[in-house]
Amino acid sequence: MKDLGTSCPNTWCPGCGNFAIMNAVKTALNSLSDEGLSLNNVVLVSGIGCNSKIADYMNVNSFYSLHGRVFPPATGIKLANPGLKVIGHAGDGDAYGEGLEHLIFAAKRNVDMTAIIHNNRVYGLTTGQYTPTSPLGYKGRSTPFGTTEMPLNPLELMLVSGATFLGRGTSHGIDLLKKLFKEAILHKGFALIDVLQVCVTYYNMYEYYDKRVYELKDHNPEDFDAAMKKIREWDYNTDSPIALGLLYKKNAPTMEERFGKFDRENIDRSSKIKKIMEEAI
Amino acid sequence: MADFSILIGGKAGFGIDKSSLVIADLLNQLGYRLYVYRDYPSLIRGGHTFSIIRASDKKIATHRNSIDILLALNQDTIDLHKDKLTDKAVIIYDSDAVKAETLPPGKQVIGIALTKVVKEANAPEIMRNTCITGALCRVLGINWDVLDPILRKNFSKEADLNLKIARQGYEGAGKEFIKIEPIKQDRLPIFNGNEMISLGLIKAGLNAYVSYPMTPTSPILHFMARLAHDFSLKVIHPESEISVILMALGLSYCGEKAAVGTSGGGFCLMTEGLSFAAMAELPIVIILGQRPGPSTGLPTYSTQSDLHFALNAGQGEFPRFLTAPGDPEEAYYWAQVALNMATKYQIPSIILSDKDMGECSYSFDLSLVKELKEEAPVLWNRQGQYKRYLDTQTGVSPLAFVPDKDAVIKVNSYEHDEAGITTEDPLVTTKMQDKRLRKEKYLAQELEQYETVKVYGNKDSKTALLCWGSAKGVCVEAAQSLGLKVIQPVVLSPFPLKRLEEALKGVEKLIAVENNATGQLVRLINGYGLDVDEKILKYNGRPFSLDELQERLKAVIR
Repeated sequence: MKDLGTSCPNTWCPGCGNFAIMNAVKTALNSLSDEGLSLNNVVLVSGIGCNSKIADYMNVNSFYSLHGRVFPPATGIKLANPGLKVIGHAGDGDAYGEGLEHLIFAAKRNVDMTAIIHNNRVYGLTTGQYTPTSPLGYKGRSTPFGTTEMPLNPLELMLVSGATFLGRGTSHGIDLLKKLFKEAILHKGFALIDVLQVCVTYYNMYEYYDKRVYELKDHNPEDFDAAMKKIREWDYNTDSPIALGLLYKKNAPTMEERFGKFDRENIDRSSKIKKIMEEAI
Repeated sequence: MADFSILIGGKAGFGIDKSSLVIADLLNQLGYRLYVYRDYPSLIRGGHTFSIIRASDKKIATHRNSIDILLALNQDTIDLHKDKLTDKAVIIYDSDAVKAETLPPGKQVIGIALTKVVKEANAPEIMRNTCITGALCRVLGINWDVLDPILRKNFSKEADLNLKIARQGYEGAGKEFIKIEPIKQDRLPIFNGNEMISLGLIKAGLNAYVSYPMTPTSPILHFMARLAHDFSLKVIHPESEISVILMALGLSYCGEKAAVGTSGGGFCLMTEGLSFAAMAELPIVIILGQRPGPSTGLPTYSTQSDLHFALNAGQGEFPRFLTAPGDPEEAYYWAQVALNMATKYQIPSIILSDKDMGECSYSFDLSLVKELKEEAPVLWNRQGQYKRYLDTQTGVSPLAFVPDKDAVIKVNSYEHDEAGITTEDPLVTTKMQDKRLRKEKYLAQELEQYETVKVYGNKDSKTALLCWGSAKGVCVEAAQSLGLKVIQPVVLSPFPLKRLEEALKGVEKLIAVENNATGQLVRLINGYGLDVDEKILKYNGRPFSLDELQERLKAVIR
């Protein structure tokens, strides 16, 4: 197994859920590499937040973007070269807050990429504010008396937006993450894995999740209604069972396929421009 | 007549725009040089829209206030423009839409029942244009043989119906009022600035154009989209301007030559991407078509008020190339330079345009444009381990593109080391900031070979006009008529101070002419210890007409 690490010192807190995600990504990539995927074809796109430091920690091509802006460059990269495997890493603030419009459009377009959302339901790097998935009443530094808004159910939003592969895992379940990531990378279309990643410093939910999560069995991920039912079982707010695993999967054409092929060579620009000029006389 | 102006007016949705181009096309066949000024409100139907088609035997780039022929499709056109008419002006109007008693006295008037004509022919109302164009031809003494192919070319769908209706206008006008003599010179194509920015970028090797619709640069998006298959262009219209620039940077990362286009409001959203492009050293061209602000302002009108915004947008300190072409020839040339410099120096290049330069049509003379070569990026020599941000003498790091079997290619919005890994180290920070800024020195050096400051008119005159961007056209013609000199910086960053100082030699009185309220170029040169003696500013969204600028100049030169 290739280490895939860099010399960059890791600054995640001890016990941070991001370690599990990174290890699972590395394992998935190694496994795909063993099966013939060239790792030079992988581009990791990340936003800004603790999670996004993964771009520094992994020795693969990377595009360390801005907060909320994982999906536009990822889409640009796929349109430039549909053969690349693009993996986007974003936090919940990144993907579900500042960059929500881009996420919806990436799903709507069914861009062939994998989105791994490090959903710890708190802003870590900016030190403990609420996020779009924090429960109602969450007390953070910007909401000392508790939030006054319901959380978003990102998977529900993604399902209706056109995502074609939806899964959920937790940073306590690395084996499931490895499996989900590998399947997501192999999936043709927009795949999103919502990872209930735990921020040990600002929002330690290990115990909460451990009590409520269960792995899906006898679930047909190709059944939209069944997927919606499982996705709505937990609304990121009330205490209810939390389904993990592959929730939804569908085959559909991707944006890149519909966009068509482009030949960068053999364009006689000068003579075509000359013709346009002659026609305008 | 070797210089005359036709104004055609009506409501938005009447097809004024198309008609003005058909008329320009017609006059072009007779060897005239054209300039078409477009004035339209921000709505889809209604309001008042007009175009002024000015024709001359010499190349022109501005309109006049005095109108020789008025084509009125409605009453507003008479009411709003009758004061601009010359003594011998001819008015052709729809007698079904205009009250004859409102026509100004002493003019030659031709009323044609345009509405009735189209109704009887069972033609759509928009074809009143064709009828009035037919009448115009007769009035100008242009043979039917000239009009016939022009209509066929411009209305390929319903050519026969258009010809039938035009014929009725032609005959309805009855006789010739003003004889237009054909001019013996080569015909030139008619283009607007938006089209020439597009073709310039394509010529320099553009692979992708990303844009969200916004006046006045939406026509670039439409034009590029139309040409996408011919030039293997990826043309994308994403969800917002934020997405536009980030998507383009994703393409740029993969080695695609990419450009984006917007106006002030969209550029506001792009500034985080602009700064990111500078930090990540991803080449990108941004077309900023100015329209009056602040905020939504006057969406369909023109201004030159975003110079300092374009010069200073984006957090942090970084080099940028900024050009403000003044007409379609310069647009074609400097768009190529903009893409070349972005590619070569891995910097953002901004093309500052505006509604007038972008959407007004001009006779385009390719022989005035120097030939340029497409610049290739500096590529990695494949020796040793690849470092995306290798510190070099010029500050330009050799590029590799994904996928490369021997290279891991990391770009980063954080301060980073040569490998592209995030750093907060003070020494590395200083070194990398110096590396990026160093590129500006080499860029400025290279630009010394280009005519970054242009001089026109009477070069010996001690009085000179200082202008930039689309004000060039009117300044050059006004200066020629008054024997003055014109100085026009075409590149605004890196600022061509040496060339400007050379151009200013011998000038005793410098007059700034700008379409903004504060004199933005003046403020820029103030920073270099230079100043002007007078400022002639206009900021109501409308450009200077030739007559107007001549008057305002006469008041200050005495």
